[in-house]
Amino acid sequence: MTLRGRGAIVGIGEVPTRRIYEGRSMYGLCAEAAGLAIADAGITKNDIDGLVTDGVALPPAIAEYMDIKPNFATGVSMQGASGATATMVATSAVSSGICNTVLVVMGNSRQDAERAGRPAGRGASGPSVRSEWEEPHGMAPGANTGYGLMYRRHIHEYGTTEEQLAKMAADQRFNALENENAVFNGQPISAEDVLNSRYINEPLKLLESVMPCDGAAALIITTPERAKNMRNKPAYVLGVGLKQGEANIWQRDKFTETPAVDSVRRALEMAGCTPSDIEFAEFYDCYTILAAMCIEDAGLVEKGEIGPFYEETDTTYKGAFPINTDGGQLSGGQPGLAGGFRHVIEGARQIMGKAGSRQVEKSDLCLVNG
Amino acid sequence: MTSAYDKPVPIPSNADLTKPFWEAAKRGELIIPYCNSCSNLFFYPREVCPNCFSKDLDWKKMSGKGHVYTYTHVRQAVHPSFQSANGHIYAIVQLDEGPKIPSGISGCEPKEVYVNMPVSVVFDDITEDYTLVKFQKC
Repeated sequence: MTLRGRGAIVGIGEVPTRRIYEGRSMYGLCAEAAGLAIADAGITKNDIDGLVTDGVALPPAIAEYMDIKPNFATGVSMQGASGATATMVATSAVSSGICNTVLVVMGNSRQDAERAGRPAGRGASGPSVRSEWEEPHGMAPGANTGYGLMYRRHIHEYGTTEEQLAKMAADQRFNALENENAVFNGQPISAEDVLNSRYINEPLKLLESVMPCDGAAALIITTPERAKNMRNKPAYVLGVGLKQGEANIWQRDKFTETPAVDSVRRALEMAGCTPSDIEFAEFYDCYTILAAMCIEDAGLVEKGEIGPFYEETDTTYKGAFPINTDGGQLSGGQPGLAGGFRHVIEGARQIMGKAGSRQVEKSDLCLVNG
Repeated sequence: MTSAYDKPVPIPSNADLTKPFWEAAKRGELIIPYCNSCSNLFFYPREVCPNCFSKDLDWKKMSGKGHVYTYTHVRQAVHPSFQSANGHIYAIVQLDEGPKIPSGISGCEPKEVYVNMPVSVVFDDITEDYTLVKFQKC
């Protein structure tokens, strides 16, 4: 049993990522993105019989908000990997015949937290491993601390330099200049600007860290048989792989290795291809160091060689090996879990030939890491 | 020991479970959960052994020796009371006995800390209830 070629992405929708949408809610932004994806696919909402969300957006609430009654619905609750996981679950659902056409949707409104009386994206959220063992020692905001720890260890083990990873952030910003949906569209930066940005938790700097944003994204996935008669050139799912990692980075045995070692191997095996077949890639980049380690673990470069790779390789949409062609999350912004989901959307967009001025030259085979 | 301590104190999600750890810290001992069934030493404390699911758990006193596995120099902290011109070190210390524990490094400048730096445990009485387990260069 395989999912190879059993799911076809036939429509995508994205509410541009912005720092804040005054007066908007997560459900409202999700419904707007869903409407865009439905229109892009050339279907009606009544054609949708499956719904997958990130779990932050509750499936019953989404279904009610846009008045659909799917035969299959679930929320994946996989944090940053929710977008990729939801796409995997949706492919499984149409492949197994549980349903035919799935809407995958997720989004974020920072005002929702304020309306509920919580500070947006900061500090403790009740008693937890974090509140007992980590916060008394003075963490940095959000998820920063763990990635600073990884970065330091990667420098120690492999001699990676801050200059090398600054190039990653600069390449992605170049891509974002061709993406009107990106929050940093119209704001060019150089690797030097990245290096000169202030440390949040050294060695991690401000311009190597995501900006929390508002926005939403959606896609429509259906069977390849149905996709044949639809208006868009589909993006077929050729392989999927998942590996569950730890909730707390410090629980890992090896801080410089990510679950992508296994997840990517499984996806490539299913697809029947090798890392050298991949033409371009979309990698989860809440911080430069995470994308850097995952690109290594995917086998696109040797372990520990990400620094020299970025020194030598143009990874812009025009380059020899394009990565994060829409600017990624670092330059696109992070609208909650839709930030990670946007990697799937952009991979599909390029394969569907809809990327406009940032369309990559070779766009048949993309590796997406969530 | 002061009631004016303004940084975050530990907030346990299961205070019954972790009480022995904090009581030990108060008397100047570092203890780590130990599984009587499979001899697993692990951290953070859990209600069952993460290796064999046994509930026959105990605590083992550690030597207090270890090394800095990795660290980050925090320049922008979540909690305002941690803000300082110089920042501070947030580290993962690997104990000689194996387990890794998040902690702070005291007694040296942030710039002096390095990966693999040998450290030994120190106890920081922050409130009447809590003594933090920290480490210093040795």
